[in-house]
Amino acid sequence: MMENKIEYEKKPAQTPVEMERTRNRKVFVPKVDIIETGDAMVMYADMPGADEKSVEVVLEKNVLTITGTVKPQEFPGRSIAYSEYDFGDYERAFTISDEVDREKIGAVVKNGVLKLTLHKAPQAEVKKIAVRTE
Amino acid sequence: MLGPGIWRFGGRMDPLHEVQRLQREMNRIFSGLEQPLNPEVPPVNAWVGESDVVVTAELPGVDPGKVDVSVVGDTLTISGARVAETLKQGESYHRQERNHGRFTRSLQLPFHVEAGKVEAKYDRGILRITLPRAEADKPKKVLVTCE
Repeated sequence: MMENKIEYEKKPAQTPVEMERTRNRKVFVPKVDIIETGDAMVMYADMPGADEKSVEVVLEKNVLTITGTVKPQEFPGRSIAYSEYDFGDYERAFTISDEVDREKIGAVVKNGVLKLTLHKAPQAEVKKIAVRTE
Repeated sequence: MLGPGIWRFGGRMDPLHEVQRLQREMNRIFSGLEQPLNPEVPPVNAWVGESDVVVTAELPGVDPGKVDVSVVGDTLTISGARVAETLKQGESYHRQERNHGRFTRSLQLPFHVEAGKVEAKYDRGILRITLPRAEADKPKKVLVTCE
């Protein structure tokens, strides 16, 4: 007699586990510029459609994740006739080194651009060691 | 350069334009060289209604005062510039992915528009232009009479 085959084995997860989103919406990788200045790293990320309320910046351990949620545009009474860009949210993650001062991360959103200022931790600043003779 | 007309095929997209874009993309992938793609900046979407057309363009990080929107007949032109960050002494780029520089974009609209009543708003990096249809171009209803 054929028995229904029951899978007792647990299904191994992919490594790394593929992230799934609860919202069925496209996700884009925002384009970024990263500039290193004397005492900070400044990151600019293009997130058109996102504002200060919908942008989230999360630093967990040494992974900095930026997400931006975009409300889809709708114009009642009109139908889309031509489309070159798509709607969706933005998400991107960066690994940052310990050099960054975790307490002093500045995030500003203006005109659809997120500006992140990652200050360097004081101990990471270049320290010149004086060499002397005995 | 005049952009694709949004009226020509009456469908959702201009198929010829799409094919050309696909061909460009394919050439880029198979050429083995990472040649810069010449994207049409800014990308636009157009919504057409009975009495107006709404055009939106993604223009993050642009000073709204420096964007020019002009309408001639049935052609809409968006132009402006996105200024790169000026680096001071000792600053350097780790990554530079965002586009900078001047852009001009022309789009043929499905009808003539009332140039005086065109509204342009800039919010969260998206430019939204509402172009009402010209009175002279609105469809006229002809009454059919019986003799």
